[in-house]
Amino acid sequence: MNGETRLPFDEMMADAGDVRRAYAGYRVWFDGQAPRQLRRKSAEAESLFRSVGVTFNVYGSDDADERLIPFDIVPRILSAAEWERLTRGIEQRIRAINAFLHDIYHRQEIIRAGRIPERMIAENAAFLPQMIGVSPPGNVYTHIVGTDIIRTDEDDFYVLEDNARTPSGVSYMLQNRETMLQMFPDLFSAVRVRPVSDYPKHLRRCLAECPPEHCTGRPVIAVLTPGIHNSAYFEHAFLADQMGAELVEGQDLRVDDGRIAMRTTRGYMPVDILYRRVDDDFLDPLNFRSDSVLGVGGIMDVYRAGRVTLVNAPGTGIADDKAIYSYIPEIIRFYTGEAPLLPNVPTWRCSEPDALAHVLDNLKDLVVKEIHGSGGYGMLVGPAATRRQLATFRKQLIAQPEIYIAQPTMCLSTVPIFTRRGLAPRHIDLRPFVLVAPHRIHISPGGLTRVALKKGSLVVNSSQGGGTKDTWVLEE
Amino acid sequence: MPLLGKTAGGLYWMFRYLERSENTARLVGAGLRIALTRWSSGADEWSSIVSTVGARDEFLARHRGFDSTFVVDFMLRDRSHPSSVISLVEAARNNARVVRTALTREVWEAVNETWMSLKDVLDSPIRPRDLPMILGQIRRQSAYVRGAMHGTMLRNDLFDFARTGTFLERADNTARILDVKYYVLLPSVVHVGAPIDNVQWETILRSVSAEHAYEWLNEGDPDPSRIAHFLILDRRMPRSMAFCCDKILDNLRHLEADYGTRMPSLDMAEGISAQLSNRDIGEILEDGLHPFIQTLISRMNALGCQIEKDYRFTA
Repeated sequence: MNGETRLPFDEMMADAGDVRRAYAGYRVWFDGQAPRQLRRKSAEAESLFRSVGVTFNVYGSDDADERLIPFDIVPRILSAAEWERLTRGIEQRIRAINAFLHDIYHRQEIIRAGRIPERMIAENAAFLPQMIGVSPPGNVYTHIVGTDIIRTDEDDFYVLEDNARTPSGVSYMLQNRETMLQMFPDLFSAVRVRPVSDYPKHLRRCLAECPPEHCTGRPVIAVLTPGIHNSAYFEHAFLADQMGAELVEGQDLRVDDGRIAMRTTRGYMPVDILYRRVDDDFLDPLNFRSDSVLGVGGIMDVYRAGRVTLVNAPGTGIADDKAIYSYIPEIIRFYTGEAPLLPNVPTWRCSEPDALAHVLDNLKDLVVKEIHGSGGYGMLVGPAATRRQLATFRKQLIAQPEIYIAQPTMCLSTVPIFTRRGLAPRHIDLRPFVLVAPHRIHISPGGLTRVALKKGSLVVNSSQGGGTKDTWVLEE
Repeated sequence: MPLLGKTAGGLYWMFRYLERSENTARLVGAGLRIALTRWSSGADEWSSIVSTVGARDEFLARHRGFDSTFVVDFMLRDRSHPSSVISLVEAARNNARVVRTALTREVWEAVNETWMSLKDVLDSPIRPRDLPMILGQIRRQSAYVRGAMHGTMLRNDLFDFARTGTFLERADNTARILDVKYYVLLPSVVHVGAPIDNVQWETILRSVSAEHAYEWLNEGDPDPSRIAHFLILDRRMPRSMAFCCDKILDNLRHLEADYGTRMPSLDMAEGISAQLSNRDIGEILEDGLHPFIQTLISRMNALGCQIEKDYRFTA
C-alpha cells in the first residue's frame, strides 16, 4: 500500500548515501576488493554448493534435476541491538504459541474466554482431535520453529509467518556461513560475527531434553525423511549427519513391543525421539491418511501412550495456520499478560464479510494468501498481478472467502546483492531458527536471509526465483 | 552405533553399481582396442561384449547390428539401458544420497563429482576420437571414489558392506566374461599351429585390464588353460574369482566377529571358497569349464540374496 510512494528501506545505505553502522566494517573490506576477484568468488561459491550437494528438487518441474538456490556473496548484517530486540520478540511469541497449543488441546481456556471464536479451531483442518488431552514430553509442542520476519524501516520489524510445523532452511544458514568462511577468511577477522555452526549441537541437546518418560539413558534420536525425492532431503541428511542421528524413512520403522523401532543390520532397535520431517497427514496411515507410504502405521498410538517423542508434536499446525496468525497478538496477551513485542502484519480474514468487502475493493494493493498454502503457491500479489489474474482471484475469493486472508503489500527492506555491474538493492526477508527446550529457548544468531533476485520483486521464495544470503549478527 | 539395514543395503549397492560401471568401461575399452587393431573381428567382439553384460535382447530391440557406435552409445550413455555407465553412476549416486550420513564428506563429494562430470561428457553422442579420453575419465573417477573410501572411511561394518558389494560384483563380472568366452579356453580348440595371438584371448585379458599382468606372470606364449587359471584360481590377480571370494569371506568374517553372530551367508561363502581352493585348472577343464562357471555364477547370486536377508537390507 505504501510501497509505491516511497523508496524501500535499504539496510546497508542510508538515504544520504552513507553506509549504516552495521555495514561499516563490511563496506571497508568490500571497497578493498577487486570486482573481478569477487566475480570469480561468486562462481566459486556455486561450484562449492554443487559438490557438497546442497540442492533442492522443485515440485512439479518436469526434469527431476536438482537445482541450486542461488547464493549471493554480500552478507545481510544485523547489529547486536537489532538482534537483541528480535530475539526478545520471537521468544515471547513462541512461549505464547506453546501455551496456546497446550491450552487448545486441553481446557481451551482461550475459547471459553471468548478471545478466539470456537469455529476457528473446530473447523480447522490443522486441528488434530487425536491430540486432545495429550501432553507431549517436556510439554514442548514446537521444538523447532522458523519465524519469518520482514523489515520495512529502521525500527519496523514484523512477523510474517510462524512456521511451527516442519520449517526448513537451516542447512542453508549453515552452508552459507561455511561457504563465506571458505571464500573470504580475511573478512571474518575484519568483522566480528557471531558463529552459527553449533546449531546441530543445540538441536541435539534440545531434542534430548524431551525424552519419553521411560527413557533414562542417552536417548536414541532419528530423523524421519520422506526420502531422496523430497525437496528438503539434503537438509534431512545433513542434520542427521551433524547430530549423529539416524536418517530413517517410514519403511525403516515399525511398531515393535509398544515402541517405535528401526530395522538395523542386527534386528529392530527402539527409537526414543523422532525428528520427523513428514507432515501430520502422512505420519500414520492407520490414524491419518491411509494412502501414506511415508509414515509408520500405529505411530500415533505409541505417541499417545508416551513411548516416543515426535518433533514437532502432531497438531502444531493449528498455531501457524494463516487464519490463526491474525489472532497471535491476542494469544500473546492472553498467555503472557504482555503486549506483543513484535507486531503482526495487518491481516484481513476474508471469512468476515466486512473484511472481504475491503479486500475486494482494494485487491490490486493487497497480497492474498491461501490459509493452507505455502512456498509462495496459491498467492496473489496485487500490485504485480495482471488484470486477468485479479479477475480470477476475485472470483475465487467470492466463491470461497474462508480459505483466504489478505495483507497490505509490505515494502520489504532491501540489501544489495553483487551483480555484474556492482551492488544493486534487492528485497529480503529473514527466517531465524528457534529451538525450544522445556525451560529455555535458543535462537541461532542470524538465520536464513532470502532475497528476491529479480529487481523490484517482493517474492523471495526459492521456488519462485529467490536466492539466499549469509546472515550476520555482529558481536557487541 | 547401530547401522540401518537400508543403509547397509544402500552402501552395498552403491559399490556394486560403481564396480559395474568401471567394468563396463573396461569392456568397451577392450572392444575399442580390438576394433582398432583387428578390424576384421570387430563386430563379433562388440557382440560378445553386449552379451557379457547380459543385454543382447535389449540391444537388438534398439539397434540393427553390432556397430561400434551403437554399442558404445548403448554401453556408456543410454539412460534406458540400466547397465550403461551413466545409468549405473546415477544409481550409485542415488544410493549415496540415501546413505549420505554413512559416508565421509570426501566419499560423497567423490561420488557426486563423478556423477556430475560423467553426466556432462555423456550428455551428447560420443565422437570416436573422444572415446579413449572418456574411458580414461571413467577409470579415473572410479579410482578417485575408491581412493576417498580407502583413505577416509572407518573400518567398521559399513566398510564391510561396501567391500562385499564391490567383490561380489567383480566376481560376477569376471564370471560373465568367462561364461561368454569359455569355449575359446577349451583344450579342444587349441590345434597345433593355431595362431598364437588369439584375438579372443586378448579380449578376455583386456576386459579385466590384465594383459600385461598376465604376460608378466606367464612368460612366453599365451595359453588357454593358463588364462583360465589366471582368471579363476590365481589369488594374486585382483579380479580373479578366488581373489574376490577371499575378500568376501574376509568381510563376512569381520561382520561375524563384529556382531558376534554367524550368519548363513558366511557358510555359503565358505562353500564357494572351498570350490575354488586346492583345485587344479586341468581338473576343472576336464570336468567341464562351462558348468563350473555357471555353478559359480548361481552360487554367487544366491550368496548376494542371502546377505541381503541376513543383514535386513529390506523389510
